[in-house]
Amino acid sequence: MREIEYRDALNEAFDEELARDENVVIMGEEVAQYNGAYKVTKGLWEKWGDKRVVDTPISEAGFIGMGIGASMLGIRPVMELMFWSFHSVAFDQLVNNAACVRYMSGGLINVPIVMRGPANGGTNVGATHCHTPEGLFAAFPGLKVCSPATPSDAKGLMKAAIRDNDPVYVMENTLLYGNRGHVPDPSEGDHVVPLGKADIKREGSDISLIAHGRSVLHCLEAAETLQSEHGISAEVVDLRSIRPLDQDAIIESVKKTNRAVLVDESKPFCGVSAQITTLIQEHAFDYLDAPIKRVCTIDAPAIYSKHIEDEQLPNARRIIEKVLTIA
Amino acid sequence: MSQEKHFVMETFNNPSVSPLDFASSSINRTLTAEQKIEYYRQMSRIRRFEQGSLKQYNMGKMGGFLHLYIGQESIAVGCASLMGEHDHMITAYRCHAHALAVGMNMNECMAELFGKTTGCSKGKGGSMHFFAPDKNFWGGHGIVAGQTPLGLGLGYGLKYNGQKGSALCFMGDGAVNQGAFHESLNIAGLFNIPVVYIIENNGYSMGTSQKRSSAYKDCLAQRADGYDIDWDLVNGEDFYELRAKVNIAMERAHEQSRPTVLEIQTYRYYGHSVADANHKKYRSPEEIEDYKKNHDPINLWKQRLISEGILTEESAKEIDRSAKQETDAAVVFADESPAPTIEDVTDDVYWESDNNTEASKIGRHFFND
Repeated sequence: MREIEYRDALNEAFDEELARDENVVIMGEEVAQYNGAYKVTKGLWEKWGDKRVVDTPISEAGFIGMGIGASMLGIRPVMELMFWSFHSVAFDQLVNNAACVRYMSGGLINVPIVMRGPANGGTNVGATHCHTPEGLFAAFPGLKVCSPATPSDAKGLMKAAIRDNDPVYVMENTLLYGNRGHVPDPSEGDHVVPLGKADIKREGSDISLIAHGRSVLHCLEAAETLQSEHGISAEVVDLRSIRPLDQDAIIESVKKTNRAVLVDESKPFCGVSAQITTLIQEHAFDYLDAPIKRVCTIDAPAIYSKHIEDEQLPNARRIIEKVLTIA
Repeated sequence: MSQEKHFVMETFNNPSVSPLDFASSSINRTLTAEQKIEYYRQMSRIRRFEQGSLKQYNMGKMGGFLHLYIGQESIAVGCASLMGEHDHMITAYRCHAHALAVGMNMNECMAELFGKTTGCSKGKGGSMHFFAPDKNFWGGHGIVAGQTPLGLGLGYGLKYNGQKGSALCFMGDGAVNQGAFHESLNIAGLFNIPVVYIIENNGYSMGTSQKRSSAYKDCLAQRADGYDIDWDLVNGEDFYELRAKVNIAMERAHEQSRPTVLEIQTYRYYGHSVADANHKKYRSPEEIEDYKKNHDPINLWKQRLISEGILTEESAKEIDRSAKQETDAAVVFADESPAPTIEDVTDDVYWESDNNTEASKIGRHFFND
C-alpha cells in the first residue's frame, strides 16, 4: 500500500488535473517559484511553466476577482489563499461575484473556480490567522465547501472540486499537510472522491461522532479510548463535504446509535455543527436517547499561547468528556 | 507623461486651444453615413428606454434601485461601436445603456426591470444585473468597483486563450477610491493584461463631488502613472474623440497586450439613482440645465450629423419617435410577461444542479424544509 503525505496527495491532484485539462491554472501567492508556502505546489511551476502555475502579488481581492472573471471565459483557476483567514480582504469577490453571478444572470454564467488553502488553529499564530470559515461560506448558496481529513480524501476531493462547474472552496489544514496515509497509486485509476459524500471512518454502535477536517482525527483517537477504557463503541462520521452535505449518512448513523456528539473546529455560534444539530432534530428526533452535544472551539478569538491553544480547540480529551455526559 | 497626454491636459484645461479634429482619425474617417446615423439611433433608444423605465418606476412597476444613464449615452454607444469578436464589456450598476448598446433588446431589459421571467436574468438580477455572455457582455455589477477585478479576469482569459481582444471595464468616478480597483491596476500593469478601464466621470460619486471624494493632481486617470499604465482624458461630448481615443486603448490591448485607463468626462441629468432625491441640492439646477442645453451628447451628435448633411431635424425626430414606440412596446411586453414562481427561486444557483449531473445528485445542496 502506497503511503504519501497529505500535501503530496494534493500536489498529485494538481499535477493530474493540469495534465487532464489545459484550462486548469494554479494561482496564488508564492505558489510557483517559491514552491508554495507549505510546499503543496512544489515542483509544479518547474514542470508546467509560467502559463499554468502563476505567482500573484499579495493582492487577494485582485487576483481572486481576476480568477473569477477568467473563469467566466472558461478558464479553471485553482487559487490558493495562503491562509483561508485572508478571505476577509477578498470577501466581496468570494461571496458576491463567485456565489451570485450565476444566479443574477439567470443561469447564463458559471464560475468553475477552486479556492483552497489551510483553515485551522493550533499553530500559535493568533486570532487573525486561525479562522475556520467552512460554515460561513457554506451559508452562501452558490458555493460548495469541503474539508478533507486524510491524504486520500484530500486528493480525491481536490480532483472533484477542480472538475466541478461551480465554485468549490476547499479547506485544508497546515497540521495535516505532513500526515501520511494511503492514497491509491495513479496506475490504479482516477482517484476522485465526489463532493457530498460522507465517509464512515470507524463503525460503532453506541454513539455517533460527527466531524470534518482535523477534528475527524481527534474523534478517531477518542473512539479508541472510549472503546478501551469505557466500553463505548463510537462511530466516526467524516462529513468530508460541508455543502453539498451527506445528510443521509448523518441521519442513518444517528438512527443506529441514538446518540450524537458533533465535533467542529469552528465556533459554536452558527457553525457547521449548529446546522447539523438542526438537521438531526428535524429528521431523527424520535431516535435520540440523549440531547445532541457539541465540542467546538471555545467561543473566543483564537488565543496565541501555546500553553493553552490546544485546549481551546476540539481534542480527544474534550470529546471523551463530552461523550461521557450522555453515554 | 507623453506629448499626447500633455496636449490633452492642455486642451482640457484651456478651451482656447483648438482641439484635434477627431473626425479625420482613421477609425472615424471610414464611417459610412448609415453607421453614423445608427449611432444616433442607439443613443436615442437608450434615452427613450431610460425615460420609459423612469416612468414605469414611478408607477410602481418595479422595485429596487434605478440608476439612469441619461446624459452619458455617447460613452456606451461609442465604445460598443468599436467591439469586435474578442472584445468584451463589463460595467457597474448603471448598466442598461451598455446592455442595449451591445445588442440586447428592450423587451428582455424592460422585463428584467419588471422582475419577469422573460427578463434577461429571468427576473433574478434586476436593474443592476443585466448580462448577455453571447454578446460579450458580462454585467451589470452592484458593488462599487467589485467588477474591476472581473474585468481584469476577462482580459486574463483572452490572453490565456491567445485571442487578440480587449476587456472594456467601466466604472464611475466614485469607484476609483476602492482598493479592488487599485489591486486590479497593479496586476493589469504587472501581467500585461489587455484591459481598458473606463472611468465614466459624471462628477459625483452619489452625492459627493469629485473634489470632495478624491485626492488627485490633475485628473483621476492620472493615477495610472503610478502603475506605469497609459492613460488619457476623453471629452465624452465629442463622439468622434471618444471613438478615436477608446480605439487607441483597444489597439494597445490588441497589439501590445497592455492596459489603459481612460477617464471620460460626462454628466448625468438625474440623481445617482431615482431614490436620490437630493440631487438638486448637492449641485445647482443651473449646472444641470447648462449640461442639458449646451453639452447634451445626443444633441451634439445630431447637430454634427446635420452639419455633415447626413441627418435632418425631421429624420432625427423620426428616429426618436421609433425609439419611443419600441420602448412603449417593451413596457407592454414586460407588463404582460409572467412573474417567476416560487419553484424558480432555487434554479440557477448551481450549474451542476441545473444540468442534473451525477455530481448534483450526491448530497444535499439546498437546506429548505
